[in-house]
Amino acid sequence: MSVTRQDVEHVAKLARLGLTDKEKELFTGQLSNILDYAKNLNKLDTKDVPPTSHAIPMKNVLREDKVIPCANTQDIVANGPETEENMFKVPKIME
Amino acid sequence: MNNKTCHELNTLLKEKKLSSVELTEAVLAQIDKVEGKIQAYVTVTKEEALKQARAADERIKNNENVTPLTGIPIAVKDNMCTKGILTTCSSKILNNYLPPYDATIVTKLKEAGAVIVGKTNLDEFAMGSSTENSGIHPTHNPWNIETVPGGSSGGSAAAVAASECIMATGSDTGGSIRQPAAFCGVVGLKPTYGRVSRYGLVAFASSLDQIGPLTKDVTDTAIMLQAMAGHDKLDSTSVDLPVPDYKKALVDDVKGMKIGVIKELLGEGISEEVKASIKEAIKKYEELGAKIIEVSLPSFEYAVSTYYLIAPAEASSNLARYDGVKFGHRSKEAKDLISMYYQTREEGFGQEVKRRIMIGTYALSAGYYDAYYLKALKVRTLIKQDFEKAFQKCDVLISPTAPSVAFKAGEKSEDPLSMYLSDIATIPINLAGLPAISLPCGFSSNLPIGLQIIGRAFDEETILRAAFAFEQNTEWHKQKPVI
Repeated sequence: MSVTRQDVEHVAKLARLGLTDKEKELFTGQLSNILDYAKNLNKLDTKDVPPTSHAIPMKNVLREDKVIPCANTQDIVANGPETEENMFKVPKIME
Repeated sequence: MNNKTCHELNTLLKEKKLSSVELTEAVLAQIDKVEGKIQAYVTVTKEEALKQARAADERIKNNENVTPLTGIPIAVKDNMCTKGILTTCSSKILNNYLPPYDATIVTKLKEAGAVIVGKTNLDEFAMGSSTENSGIHPTHNPWNIETVPGGSSGGSAAAVAASECIMATGSDTGGSIRQPAAFCGVVGLKPTYGRVSRYGLVAFASSLDQIGPLTKDVTDTAIMLQAMAGHDKLDSTSVDLPVPDYKKALVDDVKGMKIGVIKELLGEGISEEVKASIKEAIKKYEELGAKIIEVSLPSFEYAVSTYYLIAPAEASSNLARYDGVKFGHRSKEAKDLISMYYQTREEGFGQEVKRRIMIGTYALSAGYYDAYYLKALKVRTLIKQDFEKAFQKCDVLISPTAPSVAFKAGEKSEDPLSMYLSDIATIPINLAGLPAISLPCGFSSNLPIGLQIIGRAFDEETILRAAFAFEQNTEWHKQKPVI
């Protein structure tokens, strides 16, 4: 078993992802299986191989940094679970 | 009439033998009739569709900018934004999301005069191969409702196969257009990465995602791709290249075409009936005068591992935005900001999405980044190089789209790794960014089998030509499910 329950709890914390006890147990086994399977990559020597993050060559696309009006602010804010005067409300961050 | 293709219906509409309102009503009636069994849709937009159909009829009457799509009822996968219309990604975390804008492809289809009849079901956030991971409901395969329609664009593929729309959009990150197309006996094309704008497509794995058409035949695929393709300044990864006239690629002639057969995808792990159908397809191409070459892509053995590190890594980052702040579900249990994040995500995400966030976060975390994520990016280079070598001597490559016909619902849902392995033939193409099409090439136990044709980057024309020639000389695409 390459992944422990402690690993699962640590990773869930990094991802801010709440998990039930049952899910923690399930994922401990499943992540182990999946990551063990992925170890087959180690059969390949990739010492001199460059990584590919995009298959098609990409370049930065720049434009002038200028303010343009956003027509549908209301529609955007309307999706917020809790809002006040064009702002999103969240629970208290500091005491 | 709703079982006809877009190009057949376009003729009837232009000759005024049929109105878009009549056609749209027929599609809506079919939805009413079969949706209880198929469950292809998340949302049906009846009123809006009829309004668009009336506008299309007006356009045809005045002969004003009539395109091949004008008045044609289409469905949009529910991970593409539609302004003011529910866009859920089949996730509880977005179950009330009303996008403030249209995805670029939605804008383009609307401008072409297409009638949007609804939003189709998917595996939550497009993560899955069976549409069983939908947080709304599972979709069933029209050929046999006990089997899955494939995924993640299972709703779109099933809707096309069941004539609940004429054509549909799908998105493909590891096979999510092609595999459901194969399982449902329709045509599905994943364009080259960058060919179609992703603006307004809810991101899953941004370096792999691509939007494409699901249709009843190859001609319709060419028509729909034409309407979708092109550079978009709102998507910095869309490529600024001229868009060819895809209908010109529909030539029934493959004489001298060099077709590579991928050895690794006709061996272990591929079912006997699928292998037999693909061998028949190879024979057909030989009869038609193509030159068949066996090619080996040894890195394919590593594609599933590579994909299931890269895609979840990108997903874990993309899905960080679902935190209960700006849109979607927010937990009512939360006492403070941090617990709001935890609770919202626990309640809103389904199990497969959580699993992928976990894999991705693990692969990117300190101490494991080099061993998993970086390693996968390097193997991605090897996969891409294998394709480059193969395309030095071939014009297109062929393989099965999926290792088997549609499997039974529930059969793989408890074992994620076996589900992941069902993507073996489609995943390498996304890793290399190439275009590929799936089209019907046979049946086993009354379930369709798909042939995959892969092309060079930005050479959708050659795969359309190869697919068209096959279709013109076979009858598979004419078979329809009895629902």
